Amino acid sequence: MPHSRSTAGSVAGSLARAPAAAAGRGAVARTGLGALLALAMAAPAAAETVYVSNEKDNTISVIDAAKLEVVNTIKVGRRPRGITLSGDGKSLYVCVGDDNRIDVIDLQSQQVVDRLPSGPDPELFVLHPEGRLLYVANEDDNMVSVVDTQAKRIVTEIQVGVEPEGMGISPDGKVLVNTSETTNMAHFIDTASNEITDNVLVDSRPRVARFTPDGRHVWVSAEIGGTVSVIDVATRQITKKIEFEVRGLRREAIQPVDVRFTKDGKRAFVALGPANRVAEIDPATLEVKKYHLVGQRVWNLALSGDETRLYTTNGVSNDVSVIDLEKDRVIKSLGVGGAPWGVIVKS
Amino acid sequence: MSGRGRVLGILALGLLLALPAQGQQGAGAGAGGTQSSAAGDAQTIRVGYLATREEPRVPLSFLNPEIEDDGVQGARLGIADNASTGRFLKQRFELVEVVVPPGTSPADGLRQLAQEGVRLVVSDLRRDALLEVAGLPEAREITLFNARAKDDDLRNAECRPNVLHTVPSRRMLADALGQYLVWKKWTDWRLIVGPAPGDQLFAEAVRRSAKRFGARIVQDDPWTFEIGNRRVDTGHVTVQSAIPTATQGRDYQILVVADEEDGFGEYLPYRTWLPRPVAGTQGLVPTAWSRVHEQWGATQLQSRFERQAGRWMTERDYAVWMAVRAVGEAATRTRSADPAQLAAFIRSPDFGLAAFKGQALTFREWDGQLRQPVLVTAPRMLVSVSPQDGFLHQTSTLDTLGDDRPESGCRNR
Repeated sequence: MPHSRSTAGSVAGSLARAPAAAAGRGAVARTGLGALLALAMAAPAAAETVYVSNEKDNTISVIDAAKLEVVNTIKVGRRPRGITLSGDGKSLYVCVGDDNRIDVIDLQSQQVVDRLPSGPDPELFVLHPEGRLLYVANEDDNMVSVVDTQAKRIVTEIQVGVEPEGMGISPDGKVLVNTSETTNMAHFIDTASNEITDNVLVDSRPRVARFTPDGRHVWVSAEIGGTVSVIDVATRQITKKIEFEVRGLRREAIQPVDVRFTKDGKRAFVALGPANRVAEIDPATLEVKKYHLVGQRVWNLALSGDETRLYTTNGVSNDVSVIDLEKDRVIKSLGVGGAPWGVIVKS
Repeated sequence: MSGRGRVLGILALGLLLALPAQGQQGAGAGAGGTQSSAAGDAQTIRVGYLATREEPRVPLSFLNPEIEDDGVQGARLGIADNASTGRFLKQRFELVEVVVPPGTSPADGLRQLAQEGVRLVVSDLRRDALLEVAGLPEAREITLFNARAKDDDLRNAECRPNVLHTVPSRRMLADALGQYLVWKKWTDWRLIVGPAPGDQLFAEAVRRSAKRFGARIVQDDPWTFEIGNRRVDTGHVTVQSAIPTATQGRDYQILVVADEEDGFGEYLPYRTWLPRPVAGTQGLVPTAWSRVHEQWGATQLQSRFERQAGRWMTERDYAVWMAVRAVGEAATRTRSADPAQLAAFIRSPDFGLAAFKGQALTFREWDGQLRQPVLVTAPRMLVSVSPQDGFLHQTSTLDTLGDDRPESGCRNR
């Protein structure tokens, strides 16, 4: 396994905070105590790696999920924000907005090996479920660029509202939703024709659009409006606006950004920016169940493969909070680079 | 467009048909529009822009341009931004620009706007002109957005029920600077005050901030030196010898200058008798907007503005832009073109303006001032944004800047 180079020291160091599991006991005789502990901790998040884009440092932090340590730092272009895995899972695409392109990192060699065109100032993007087309929000250009990752060219551009930001795609790949921060719309785009079919007004400064795993709803967070709009994909109507209330916090400090669902669609998580909280929502009732206190200005979220952990990027405190979803508490704050922004888990 | 798109269109049309009176506000509303062709399928929201033609201010530094279209470019961008949402909601935004020539009263400009049926007007006027137009009988039905005059009396004794303020007051600016200096523990200030009326008022606001936040004004002097024309061969020799003399005196930690006309303040940095930094109207400047600001998505507004205007966005442009955007936001949220309904919504607790300051901005109900974070800027870099951590407030920390409810002298609303 890739974690075999861990030293006894680092293993011992992370032992205290690790949610120890009882796997791999039979290996004692062969591998020694240090390796046993490494194995034991690796069990729940076996061989998982977490990638974090650092907006200020122009780097990607590589976190070993078993040890919860930064094991590598990859240099990329300027102002890396949105990150996502390629269709084959072998590469990582990184929006480097100030260089107006997408960097392609080979996960084997952990280096930037290629670049893709993106249109100006790419911030967020989403990969079509078939793995070939990448839909990129060009924040400074009122466009969504459709990038063919194999031909390495922009296939077409779709005119949207002012300051396009969030990008969500339905599980069947037929519907794309883009949000525009100043126009305050969720634009529904038919991926067959690449044309806008509907525009749904949401609250101020919409950020992220995320489809529920069943594809029936799309959730759109509004950073300044302080809400998450739940839009019925069939009718294109807002069925509910989820509001948040944290005791002791001013309303304007609650700024929803990223939204994530578990694969079964039974749990939803919303990052609340300078409220320094992640809200957990029951998608059945659309009620907030609890708030997890994390680092400062929490931007984006990623679930571990087995969905026992949630990783959050905290842009002001320069760290990643690791929430144990079984224990329901933060088990670690992990220092990464400057202004961490995007996060993704590779199983 | 798909079937759903058409449904949306028909719905908007239905709304319009249901509210025919709202499209016909005021006398000339129907005829006044220049492009009333495709009428019937869209709401039209008209926003007035009222200014007087002035000679551009000549900045002391040659690096700063003389700007001929200060303010109005913010209005044009605001309309364009409003239209970006409007085109999806079948709302059309129209800017009615009235720039009054010299020798003509701004009151005539307002009357013209009123005659054309405009009920929401951005005032890019100075204090006296604003008070004059706000008091006109024709202005009674009009909501004026003050985007220019920073005078504190407009938010207190001279406040008017039909005026909202998007530009921060001098007290808000002074408090923003004061909080930062106190956070920095630079609490011994030396004040140098220029001769212009605005300089006196800014100095007054600085003295008030010192008292509020626990700083000391160790010396408080008027500026009495004659500096003369900015373009003089070997002029630096005079300045180099004059400024140290002018700034001798007691020790202090930072020199705060009040020079709104940009007549001499730029000469102070690096020339003071003691090696001390300069803040106020020059040096470290509190302002609603600056090119150095690119946080909270401001990059996009800066570059949008530069593409349109071919120059940097000023504080005045920004205050005008905010006023026009406030109207757009209200039209978006209410789906209405009725000026009275828009004005009521803007004043309601449901209103919030996204203006690239990291939080929703709202109007204070006691004086009509837009609450807003204030940038603390050096000439080439953003230094901070106030309110500062540690300056607390029971409802909104933004109300630690300027006149809070209990302090307000506005009894007119």
